[in-house]
Amino acid sequence: MDLSLLSRLNEERAARRAAVLVTDIVSGRQRLVLEAELAIDPLSGVLSDALRMGKSGVVDTSEGKLFLTVQAPIVRIVAIGAVHISQALVPMAQQLGFDVAIVDPRTAFASAERFPNVEMHAEWPDVALPKLGVDRYTAFVMLTHDPKIDDPALFIALRSPSFYIGALGSRKTHATRVERLKEAGFGEDDIARIHAPIGLNIGGISPAEVALSILAQITAKLRLKADGTRA
Amino acid sequence: MLASDDDLLKQAEDWRRAGRAVAIATVVETWGSAPRPVGSHLVIDGEGNFMGSVSGGCVEGAVVTEAIDVIESGAPKLLEFGVANETAWQVGLSCGGRISVYVEKVA
Repeated sequence: MDLSLLSRLNEERAARRAAVLVTDIVSGRQRLVLEAELAIDPLSGVLSDALRMGKSGVVDTSEGKLFLTVQAPIVRIVAIGAVHISQALVPMAQQLGFDVAIVDPRTAFASAERFPNVEMHAEWPDVALPKLGVDRYTAFVMLTHDPKIDDPALFIALRSPSFYIGALGSRKTHATRVERLKEAGFGEDDIARIHAPIGLNIGGISPAEVALSILAQITAKLRLKADGTRA
Repeated sequence: MLASDDDLLKQAEDWRRAGRAVAIATVVETWGSAPRPVGSHLVIDGEGNFMGSVSGGCVEGAVVTEAIDVIESGAPKLLEFGVANETAWQVGLSCGGRISVYVEKVA
């Protein structure tokens, strides 16, 4: 592989843009197809399918047997709330290979001392989120327990293509949340996108255990098909 | 942090820019039970240092040896590994699967 090609691939990844590296594994010939060029590529259909599945693999094409290295953007978790659970969630999420950003307008919570190694936005969600460029590779976790902060973020999340939306709180808390969402004009399909109570049910009690259950649920949402089988 | 296979490609670029000879090995096909999925990378330098995995430990040694050949010749290779006693390879996958690994030099 040309170093310049490898650099382009890494640049696209850093910019959260999808790309597919096409390799002829017999001749060694390679080319990089960027997200923006996908529609006009001769192999457009095959490449788009591979990208949608997020899966690298060998394909038989009019150009012969090719290997597609599919590079989908890194999943980013946007956590609303610089709370105790978020402190546990950050290093675990980073270990799993996720990017993390924290949003909390309360500066006493959103301090560098409490969160030394993570992107922090000490702003209201409606100020911070538009700047983050929310895409379908974004997961939202609402952790403040405070509707004044969680709800505006939830509104933005529900209007976005985000693949995961979770909200902390008991069934009772969620029922009152659902009422507020309905009043704001959201329908059943929107509300069904929200995972609440948040996380897989593993009986977690400590902040780290709750973070684990949230990250497990995000991973499942990412890796499993709707029927629960492997994608 | 090298949690994903994409991070390994960044590692490969960094090693190359630091002046090291580098090869990238990629799992391109698997049959049956295989320890690492298609798209997994092993990044190897000219000294035999490596990061990542293509089989979780079963065949990495052989891939590193082949990668050093690829670094010297510059020509890519397609390697196949199967159950040890059914192939010409000295190493194999204990899980009974078969994998195909593409090894290329970063030029």
